[in-house]
Amino acid sequence: MNIVVCVKQVPDTATERKLRSDDKTLDRDAADGVINELCEYAVEEALRLKEAHGGEVTVLTMGPDKATDTIRKALAMGADKAVHLVDPALHGSDALSTSYAMAQTLKKIGFDLVILGSESTDARTGMLAAMLAERLGTPQLTLANKVEISGTGITVQRVTDYGFDKVEASLPAVVSVVEKINEPRYPSFKGIMAAKKKPVQTFGIADAEIDAALVGVANAWSEVADFAVAPPRAAGTVVKDEGDGGVKTADFLASKKFI
Amino acid sequence: MAEILVLVEHVDGDVKKVTLELLTLARSLGEPAAVWAGPGYSEIAKGRLAEFGAERVYVADSADIVDYVVAPKAELLASLVASRSPAAVLVASTAEGKEVAGRLAVKTDSGVITDAVGLGEGFIADQSIFGGGVNVHSRVSKGTPIIAVRPNSTAPVPAPGAAVEEKVDVALTDAARAAKIVERVKQEKGARPELTEAAIVVSGGRGVGSGENFAIIEKLADSLGAAVGASRAATDAGWYPHAFQVGQTGKTVSPQLYIAAGISGAIQHRAGMQTSKTIVVINKDPEAPIFEIADFGIVGDLNQVVPQLTEEIAKRK
Repeated sequence: MNIVVCVKQVPDTATERKLRSDDKTLDRDAADGVINELCEYAVEEALRLKEAHGGEVTVLTMGPDKATDTIRKALAMGADKAVHLVDPALHGSDALSTSYAMAQTLKKIGFDLVILGSESTDARTGMLAAMLAERLGTPQLTLANKVEISGTGITVQRVTDYGFDKVEASLPAVVSVVEKINEPRYPSFKGIMAAKKKPVQTFGIADAEIDAALVGVANAWSEVADFAVAPPRAAGTVVKDEGDGGVKTADFLASKKFI
Repeated sequence: MAEILVLVEHVDGDVKKVTLELLTLARSLGEPAAVWAGPGYSEIAKGRLAEFGAERVYVADSADIVDYVVAPKAELLASLVASRSPAAVLVASTAEGKEVAGRLAVKTDSGVITDAVGLGEGFIADQSIFGGGVNVHSRVSKGTPIIAVRPNSTAPVPAPGAAVEEKVDVALTDAARAAKIVERVKQEKGARPELTEAAIVVSGGRGVGSGENFAIIEKLADSLGAAVGASRAATDAGWYPHAFQVGQTGKTVSPQLYIAAGISGAIQHRAGMQTSKTIVVINKDPEAPIFEIADFGIVGDLNQVVPQLTEEIAKRK
């Protein structure tokens, strides 16, 4: 089985994240880049499926040069090879153009199964997997907390407000996974060393037949009109519990008409 | 006035509160038209939509629409976008709502904005990003604006609408029927409101200390008619199910009132609750970063403060 796991490098949420003042896109230089946490669950799931059913795991990422660190991390966990979609024309792409560029690349490299994390910690749109399924014309098996494959059939548990839906489809398919579907492995020293020798193919937009007029910040379908650092919340009242903390809290809630 | 499509969220035939909020918002920008997808439509549902200003109700109540994952709803909306040329489409910014929005955006070649916490003239959306650190105004620059609005972004205000019904038949494509829902499994929850749309959320974290002790969080929640949430520390420890995790890798909530008990307030958690209107914190560590965003905080032992608060609320009812 040919499994492609899409990963994203995001700014470390422990550092201060900013938008650039010039083109109002994410300032990727201001913060350390790390692999998006939910992508680690996607990589782990891809590796487990490969271990159970055989095949190959390819990492696909779209991002600037420094995203190679994230590729290496996924390779160190055990993925076999990687494709890095990198091109200055892609800078500032929104969800529509990103899904278009990724779909073009996926068509080029081929897949039986595409796995993603259900959302990234930077843009947090949670749309990419659904958009890829739409563009690729494949079943959308998203928000999965369990994935089972049998022959060309695939079944997932899709997390819902009330519990979960059991969903069935046939491969090829696009899957997104939620946290706690598994416990992502730590790369071993051997894995880290091996990752340095694994093949990483670089794609520019021409290689993936991506139309330059449909990607990048200038061609986005949505735009940031303006932005500002959020003013700090007005300082609240903090009191030490003197045995009446519950009563005082109730007073506050009453003053705000919650009770 | 131009029509604004609002995708109705409903459960067991009842219209969810978020839809009433979206209708209220749509009224300020155009003429709201509700889109009902799936079985369960009734006079009661129609009445509810009319009460909150729906001028039109497009009803596509075949079972097909909800028997497959997301894609049929996007096809339904896309067909209405093509035939009605609405000024915008509003959906709830829930995990599924955003997926519908994403597919619809691809289908209609339109821009999409998610997690809006406000929406103004020209469909300019307010967003709060990076865990509440930056406020953004965004707008769609191509196609029909598709905006996913977070629950609790506005208070639902009644204002009667005509609710003229129109049946819609959508011939679903094979692609839309590729992922079939073969079973729906309903889990626990009881009578509490849904986490993402609750007006009040009471969450517990590491300080709660054990799964059994989450009972005091639940009792406080029940006294307020609130939903229960949990921090990642609590769900990682197995004290509360992951489905209730509030934070960066869990649910995002934006209630009128958020009570955080025994939660330190790491960015992981704040990213999921920082747009709450009023925040109350109970924590024994005065240095806990969550106090920085508290409107009201008690430095104290939640095992004392929470039960006392629950008791006090009961007394005052």
